[in-house]
Amino acid sequence: MSTTEEKSSENKVVEFDVRTDEMLVNMGPQHPSTHGVLRLVLRTDGEVVSEVTPHLGYLHRCAEKIGENLTPRQWIPYTDRMDYLAGMSMNLGWSLCVEKLMNLHVPEKARHLRVIIAEMQRIASHLVGMGAYGLDLGSFSPFLYAFRERERILDLFEEACGARLTYSYLTVGGATADLPTGWLQKCEAFLDQFLPVIDEYHALLTTNSIFIKRCAGIGVMSAEMATSYGCSGPVLRGSGVDLDLRRDGEEWYTNMYDGYAFEVIVEKDGHYPNDHVYPGVPPEAVLGDCWHRFYVRMLEVRQAIDLVRQAIDRYSAATDSYGEPVKLNEKLPKGEAYLETEAPRGQMGFYVVSDGSAIPYRARARSSCFCNLSVTSELCRNTLIADIPAIVGSLDIVMGEIDR
Amino acid sequence: MSQYLISHWGWYPPLVYTLMAMLAASLVLLVIAGGSVVFIWMERKVAGRIQDRLGPTRVGGKFGWLQTIADGIKLLSKEDLRPEGADAMLFRIAPYVAFCASYGSFIALPFATGWVGLDINVAVFFVVAVLGLEVFGVILAGYASASKWSLFGAMREAAQVISYEVPLGLCIVIPVMIAGTMDLTKIGNLQSGWFTNWYLFHDPFTFITFFVYYTCALASVNRAPFDLAEAESELVAGFHTEYSGLRWSFFFMAEYGSMFLVSALGSILFLGGWNGPVPVAAWIFGEHASQLSGFAFVLANVLGLMAFILKAVLGVTVMMWIRWTLPRLRIDQVITTCWKYCTPIAAVMFVGVISWQLMGLPNGGDVLPHHEQGSRRLPGSLRERPFETGDALPSANSVGFESEHGEQERGQVDG
Repeated sequence: MSTTEEKSSENKVVEFDVRTDEMLVNMGPQHPSTHGVLRLVLRTDGEVVSEVTPHLGYLHRCAEKIGENLTPRQWIPYTDRMDYLAGMSMNLGWSLCVEKLMNLHVPEKARHLRVIIAEMQRIASHLVGMGAYGLDLGSFSPFLYAFRERERILDLFEEACGARLTYSYLTVGGATADLPTGWLQKCEAFLDQFLPVIDEYHALLTTNSIFIKRCAGIGVMSAEMATSYGCSGPVLRGSGVDLDLRRDGEEWYTNMYDGYAFEVIVEKDGHYPNDHVYPGVPPEAVLGDCWHRFYVRMLEVRQAIDLVRQAIDRYSAATDSYGEPVKLNEKLPKGEAYLETEAPRGQMGFYVVSDGSAIPYRARARSSCFCNLSVTSELCRNTLIADIPAIVGSLDIVMGEIDR
Repeated sequence: MSQYLISHWGWYPPLVYTLMAMLAASLVLLVIAGGSVVFIWMERKVAGRIQDRLGPTRVGGKFGWLQTIADGIKLLSKEDLRPEGADAMLFRIAPYVAFCASYGSFIALPFATGWVGLDINVAVFFVVAVLGLEVFGVILAGYASASKWSLFGAMREAAQVISYEVPLGLCIVIPVMIAGTMDLTKIGNLQSGWFTNWYLFHDPFTFITFFVYYTCALASVNRAPFDLAEAESELVAGFHTEYSGLRWSFFFMAEYGSMFLVSALGSILFLGGWNGPVPVAAWIFGEHASQLSGFAFVLANVLGLMAFILKAVLGVTVMMWIRWTLPRLRIDQVITTCWKYCTPIAAVMFVGVISWQLMGLPNGGDVLPHHEQGSRRLPGSLRERPFETGDALPSANSVGFESEHGEQERGQVDG
């Protein structure tokens, strides 16, 4: 299309009339593959994209301002609506942050309950991430398979707290209720059934040669770049940075995983921990590309199953309380606290400042997806249009968390 | 039938031919429209089953038979939107161009011996050429929509379809070369008898050719994993982004029509067309299988038609299966697949089949003993003598159909 040089003088009118050099295209906010309401402005030359500018703010709901007018427990439902695919993790992050401010230690049983719930939420969230990524690449069925399994997790959550998407289950002090009787058996039954199904996803996506063609070597992000942009979660670990807050985070958070055996899913010498049961890294894949980000998520699902199993044992053994929530209008001690947790999509930070009243003076959230999204314009430079969904999808963003 | 009307009833010949043409056209239209209705329903069911759900279950009984009809009514009653700034005329005619190309190519497609809209001796050429025109509808739609996404879709389609015409053509030439004719009816009849007579089993090269053909056919009708022109995760809906209602549905009728057409073409060229895997009719009718007339001819043709439809529908089902399983390729990968893999492979197969024929190597038809005279003559195989299997180019008079019924059947759909 770049015939600008060839145009002779008599064609100038035509050139003025029909610009053949570059075109600005709006991808979103109503585009099917922008995961909600992300708007990308693409500067394209034919199929080649030279510049991508993400525009945010279509889902801004003043969540943080609302947090300054409600008590921490009242704000929990609003955190659900941040990363709406991982509401439990949002609840947990905020609860832990407020507990840190209050220096409130939850009982042992509540700790293990939280691990069960948080890791189940991680499975559910990664299932959506995986399925939606298949959708971005034009493969429909894995999405439905992922939703089939996620449905069972949502059923379990519904049984535990009555809600399927916006749970408000984990709260300051512990959880709103204990797990119902028989829940653990159902959970274990689900895990037993789910574990072999993961192979199907690997067969349909991970090892599919078209899938590998579409995402291996695409959107390669170096470890330095990932760190300097503040990426976190699977996006960071997909670039080979060995950082997982469940192991490396603040003590207030890592205490929750005290005594749990797990390895951080990150590539070492061309191998991932526990990847022997799954297909290995294909030769086309480059560390930090879309394929690796996807693969990290897939392995984290596997790992989460192990964690849930460990937590179920510990939870059953614990004899103390599930953690009564604090009073709705519990006075907060004067001071401030900031805590980052490892949500499915990365490091989700919450910040609370209190002037001594029951309502926080400031409530803020640090979004993992926001940082993960910020690399888009760099990763998408000089790619093809078809690579944009592949790259944005591999970052697995949730706009609700970015815009809040 | 036309002859009958003219000679016995004394009707004015041009009127008779016009009437016959209209009858043929409406029957073909029925096939394509009815086919689309069935295929869309089938696609839903297949997708549903593949995705571990049920698909439509409510409209029209347990299996949702009427789902497509309900959708059709919905589409009819929808507003016919035209974006501001669109080229009104081109925008309006684009769906019809696409549909007519798909529809037009059905005219030369035989469904069984003699059951063809227009029995032309270059049917293969006609079908491929007319089907290729579908791309014009897509380009027009993309250009006239005044939408950047549509334009992207149209440009992709143009690049893709034009590229894939080459390997597709090469693959189609191979059976044509073996048969020595471009007449689809004759090609079909040459494969009668046991399934080993099908060109798929003619020699190892034709076997591979069939799969290359199928891949290229997928690409040329824009089905996944080559559905780049409407890649919904990239281009919203590609070339039909701005279409709504009935105009939109015309694109879909065209798509499903083309899907059926390339499957049917593949089944005639490689899978024996309307000939079943075993020479059933030859057992029933024995010696007379080649000179059937009247009721027996119709019965044999109905059997053949069923076999043919079954094969074509099987091809379409596999297309659906592929669509709901595989991710989509990128445009550069699609073009690479075409020029780096499909075209060279097809060319090699072409040379391979030529060599096979020249060297007189045994072909698939020789594997099974010709223990029965009739086994080489099936319903619809109205030949006078069995085709010599070593012959690269059977002479025209080895096909007796033309001399017996040919002129009367011409321009006629059924008896």
